[in-house]
Amino acid sequence: MIREQDKGMSVIVKTVTRFTMGLILLYGIYILSHGHLSPGGGFAGGVIVALSFVLLMLAYGKETALKKFPKGVVSFFENAGAIMFLSIALLGFTGGYFFLNFLDKGEPYKLFSAGIIPLCNIAISLKVGAGLFAIFVALVLVKLESEKKV
Amino acid sequence: MTIYFLCLVLFCVGLYCVLRKRNIIKIIVGIIICEYAVNLFFILAAYRVGGRAPIFSAQTDISNMVDPLPAALVLTAIVIGLATTALLVAIAMRIYEKYGTFDITKISELRG
Amino acid sequence: MPQANIIPLFIAISLGGAFLISIIGRRIKGFPDLMGNLTTFMLLCLSVSALKLSNSYGTIIYSVGSWKPPAGIAMVLDGFTSFMLVTINLVAFIVSIYAINYMEKYTSKWKFYTLFLLMLAGMNGVILTGDIFNLFVFLEIASVASYALVAFGTERHELEAAFKYAVMGTIGSLFILIGIVFLYSYTSTLNMADMAAILAHKGIGNVGLLVSVLFIMGFGLKAALVPFHAWLPDAHPSAPAPISAMLSGVLVKSLGVYTICRIFFNVIGFSLEISSLLMFLGAASMVIGVFLAIGQWDFKRLLAYHSISQIGYVILGIGLGTPLGILGGLFHLFNHSIFKSLLFLNSGAVEYSTGTRNLQKMGGLREKMPVTSATSLTASMAIAGIPPFNGFWSKLLIIIAAVEAGRFGYAFLAVLASIITLASFTKVLKYAFFGKLREKWNNIKEVPLFMALAMAALAFICIVGGVMLFPGIVTSFLKPAADVLSEGAKYSVTVLQGVANSPTGHSVE
Repeated sequence: MIREQDKGMSVIVKTVTRFTMGLILLYGIYILSHGHLSPGGGFAGGVIVALSFVLLMLAYGKETALKKFPKGVVSFFENAGAIMFLSIALLGFTGGYFFLNFLDKGEPYKLFSAGIIPLCNIAISLKVGAGLFAIFVALVLVKLESEKKV
Repeated sequence: MTIYFLCLVLFCVGLYCVLRKRNIIKIIVGIIICEYAVNLFFILAAYRVGGRAPIFSAQTDISNMVDPLPAALVLTAIVIGLATTALLVAIAMRIYEKYGTFDITKISELRG
Repeated sequence: MPQANIIPLFIAISLGGAFLISIIGRRIKGFPDLMGNLTTFMLLCLSVSALKLSNSYGTIIYSVGSWKPPAGIAMVLDGFTSFMLVTINLVAFIVSIYAINYMEKYTSKWKFYTLFLLMLAGMNGVILTGDIFNLFVFLEIASVASYALVAFGTERHELEAAFKYAVMGTIGSLFILIGIVFLYSYTSTLNMADMAAILAHKGIGNVGLLVSVLFIMGFGLKAALVPFHAWLPDAHPSAPAPISAMLSGVLVKSLGVYTICRIFFNVIGFSLEISSLLMFLGAASMVIGVFLAIGQWDFKRLLAYHSISQIGYVILGIGLGTPLGILGGLFHLFNHSIFKSLLFLNSGAVEYSTGTRNLQKMGGLREKMPVTSATSLTASMAIAGIPPFNGFWSKLLIIIAAVEAGRFGYAFLAVLASIITLASFTKVLKYAFFGKLREKWNNIKEVPLFMALAMAALAFICIVGGVMLFPGIVTSFLKPAADVLSEGAKYSVTVLQGVANSPTGHSVE
């Protein structure tokens, strides 16, 4: 029990992280879901989502974060995002064109509008969020290996 | 006009850093500076005098906006820069693992 | 027209293959091989049908998402594009067959295939796109994948070479991006055909000059022309052999030579200054590359220097600007992708069996590795320009074109470089394959089936490559490609007309 406490940073950081992580995650989801209405979108939202997990990793240490999100899961999400984006693009062929916006455009300035753009944003944010987190994890783990050797 | 030249100066600072410094990490930082100088220049090229941010909403009219396209393009360029930087950092870490130094004069085994 | 729908598939299939391998391949053994080869085979079939399509319909414009160019992104399929597509996907298919056996010695095959297909997607995208920023994005996809592939072995030399390559490649890309910024702010468009029309109307002026210099630096670095060549002899030998074959065979050409041709012939417009600059750079690469090559003892490093030299031939031929010169240059581009890929695969085969790349340690391998030595002999004859093989015909065309244009000096240099190339490959053959077999190599075996098959296929193309110049065949493969360049100004007119004629699609107001 004491060991669990020692991993990561101090109690203050951990407590603040516990409060803020959900908010950051929610803000990221807000940014990505309103990508077709306001500045932001898939990339920015995905980065914010990834940062919330990076914060978790910094505050609680590698083991806690990797227990919640193993490397395999992260890279699965990354590839799933890419395949989702590609299949949205290929579904455009149902209307005769690659990347055709084949869904109903809806009413402008509403959340559920703009056809495939929100779906694309979700796919991009999956790819970017998982990708950025995977880069972070990969860099941290490389360091671990070199430390082991020395 | 001055501001465009400042971009050029920033680019040259980055280039100097890449060419002159011996530490791998400093070279990577130099590349990042170069990238951001170019991105900044691209954004500035889109500016119009008195223009406002190109955000489209129900209330505002679309006249007098700055060019929105470079913003989208720069975002793409930033993503590419992120990928390159991540790869460079990963390679730099592996190099440190193998050679035990960040000094490029000590790791030049490929010649001729 | 419905057949035009195959155009975006080049990018979609290769990306889809890459991500599927990454998601499934790590769990199921054998899946990466199957999926990788299936993908490249499909791409080869598609590129052959694209060639047929462009032969029968001329230039085809595909508007992505049915957004009309110039506002939307366009993909353009013309003679030059389909020529490059066939070259790239042919080499990629053969290389991926070779990789089935060769990559056994590395631990994670799925990573290799994922990066390989990403690089292929980037190259196909560069070739197909009609939008200059899109070109930059695909160029970066291919480049980043190739940086990672050079570092694939993660040994000392590979990491060092990859770092050098990545730093220089990134700086080159930044020069290209600055050039694109200037062009965009001068013409207010990103579509290359539209840009060419506006540049022709407005005059290129000082901005055009600045942009030309930036693009020569950026794309010249990607093409490894001589003042910018320092990364190539490190990076190409360090990659695994199939990737060396891809890098030297097609990556340098699609990211460097193709883009130089497209930008300078079709967008900015070909002028006397650019012609003489390209010829000078080409001749310098040709001569300096070959002189640096002859002293090398590392098999793959020697081949890498020869790549610089042969790219010089291509650039010299294209830089002449005459129809015959362009035809010869493009034919040499095709031939070089075939025989240089073959030579790199040979060097990989030798390394696979003996574990060394040093020519001084080899000797007499002909007895133990008949397929490798026979194909290597074929490729060496082809690269040195011995008559029945394909390299002879393209070099002959370039030299004739140089003489016709009155450039006797360049013609002489081309002959000289060819002779030194012959000398250099005589050395390779003598030390590696002929002579007495050393005791050490008594137990080595010929390479496995798929590797031998891939090398034999490339050798066959080397032997029959001269057929391309027969009257019936030249008009369907090489001539349309050369015409796109020699009638450079027609590009923008054809594309813009094609856009205006396309029946569907909504325009952006």
